[in-house]
Amino acid sequence: MLQLVIYGIVWGSILSLGGVGLSLTYGIMGFANFAHGDIMALGAYYALVLAAFSKHIGVPSFTFGPLSFGFPMLIAILGSMIMTAITAALIDKVLFKRLRKVQSIILLIAAVGVSFSLRNLLQFVWGPQPKYYFKGIQITRKIPGVAARIKPDEVFIIAISFLFALGVHFFLKYTKVGKAMRATSDNPSLASTVGINTEKIITWTWAIGGSLAAAGGIFAGIENRFITPPLGWNMLLPIFAAVILGGIGSPYGAMVGGLIIGLSEELSTAIIPTAYKPAVAFAIMIIMLLFRPRGLFGRG
Amino acid sequence: MDTLVGIVNYIVFFSITAGIYAILSLGLNIQWGYTGLFNIGIAGFFAIGAYTSALICGPQPGLIDWRVVGGYNMPFIFGLLGGMIVAGIAAAIISLPTLRLKEDYLAITTVGIAEAIRLIAKQESWLTNGVWGINNIPAPVYRPISNGIDGFLNAHPNLPGWMESLIGNGYNWFFLFLVIATLIIFYLAVERIIRSPWGRVLAAIREDETVAQTSGKNVFGFKVQSMVLGAMLMGAGGSLYAHFAMSVGPNDFKPLLGTFIVWVMLIAGGSGNNKGAILGAFTIWGLWAGSDFLVHLLPLSDTRVAALRIIIIGLLLELILLRRPRGLLGEEKGISKLLER
Repeated sequence: MLQLVIYGIVWGSILSLGGVGLSLTYGIMGFANFAHGDIMALGAYYALVLAAFSKHIGVPSFTFGPLSFGFPMLIAILGSMIMTAITAALIDKVLFKRLRKVQSIILLIAAVGVSFSLRNLLQFVWGPQPKYYFKGIQITRKIPGVAARIKPDEVFIIAISFLFALGVHFFLKYTKVGKAMRATSDNPSLASTVGINTEKIITWTWAIGGSLAAAGGIFAGIENRFITPPLGWNMLLPIFAAVILGGIGSPYGAMVGGLIIGLSEELSTAIIPTAYKPAVAFAIMIIMLLFRPRGLFGRG
Repeated sequence: MDTLVGIVNYIVFFSITAGIYAILSLGLNIQWGYTGLFNIGIAGFFAIGAYTSALICGPQPGLIDWRVVGGYNMPFIFGLLGGMIVAGIAAAIISLPTLRLKEDYLAITTVGIAEAIRLIAKQESWLTNGVWGINNIPAPVYRPISNGIDGFLNAHPNLPGWMESLIGNGYNWFFLFLVIATLIIFYLAVERIIRSPWGRVLAAIREDETVAQTSGKNVFGFKVQSMVLGAMLMGAGGSLYAHFAMSVGPNDFKPLLGTFIVWVMLIAGGSGNNKGAILGAFTIWGLWAGSDFLVHLLPLSDTRVAALRIIIIGLLLELILLRRPRGLLGEEKGISKLLER
């Protein structure tokens, strides 16, 4: 049971990373971005290329202590976050920006289209077979004092996810752009009246959402030990559940929601068949929509 | 001559599939085009219709089957109606928690429903036979027709080869007739309903919910009815599909061909226009089938070709949204034809 809690926290951290970006775009642009999962997968594939590239140019590839990766992977994570941020902002410039003026529901259809195109673009370039960041499996280690085991990579995932969550918190709370983002999320027309450049804020939102999505995608790849093109699409439903549970537009809610969904999915495997894991997230979402549609931390 | 017959036979096969898609597209048009309900779980209702029909009309579980229910060997019409009813009930159940909320929630929920139905189809072998699916679903009035065709061919042994293969394809001609007849009935029914006072309320809800509410209309009730009606058409499409393919399995109802392409069809044809929904289904299915021929000329592996086709369809959707958001036909005007003069 305790072991399932560990799995749940790891999985929840990954969902949270996806959820924060989705919640931000939802809050600021007011549409459910169905392509968010596939942006996560894109980030995972960028990292694959970057890791191979940095090894190729001779970055020392010794691993960090008990972790199964070293400098090339760190470079890949950072690089992929930047590249995914740029890609997400570009998709917005080319497509969503032009549709934004029309009707927000059209954005939803467009996002579904982006999702299918992006996923198949990954399949076109890298094929449907799983790709691996590193060979071999990692041995789990005993956590001192607790009857559960954890992999060093998982400790890394939890720690970095937590750091990112803190980073987002400070960014939103103390930086000028962050404050402007919160203002835009609260009331876009008022924000633009007081001189906030909403288009700039939207670009920032895509960039932050995209980079966190990339991190989430890569961490999912590290945890599963492989990546495939539908990686992100398969995570979309639990991420949406996390965002709705936490309250749409609230990044903190998305973090908490992600952990709750991750824990419930893993703990459910103790009672029901593992295949129904995605259905658990969905059931929580429905119950939430029935009784408290604004979520735990959402504004009315 | 043989090639020509081959092409004709292919067109018959193509039109059957396109006709089934046109029924799905009509169903989506009720929900999205006329009421503004964002359903991206079409595949779920499609699957419910297909499985229900397969269980009602299909054979009893065989020795190697996992499922323990179904197989009542009923005539096709019961399968069709049963599929429509169960899909409608499912839609009503889903509507209750979600239709009071913003459209995005409905979108997310319908994705989840479709996924959950696929999981159930995969997992609950006692009902659906799991990943093996339900096989040997009888095609409607297959025996009499194929016996007739065999009898005719036996009686006329000296027919040229092309005529033989044209007549040999007779059952597909019959099935095409069945699909087109169903499509026409649905088209006329939907046209009639949309032009009724009930249909005008739907349009009012789509344009401005608050105004509709203020004029004393039960917005929620109308939305549920629209959702159910659309889902019933999708269930009918599923039933026709099951009887044409003669087997159903969980992999027949994936999001791409079960949901996404129907959206592209409706948007391309023109949402809010039933003729557009049908035109879009035939056009997009034509492009989809045609792209299969074209991209196979490229020196690429099969998986790459499959991915490329989907990328093309996705880009096509974005292009339509950017350049021609009203689709080929655009929305049909609701005013009287006399006023336009």
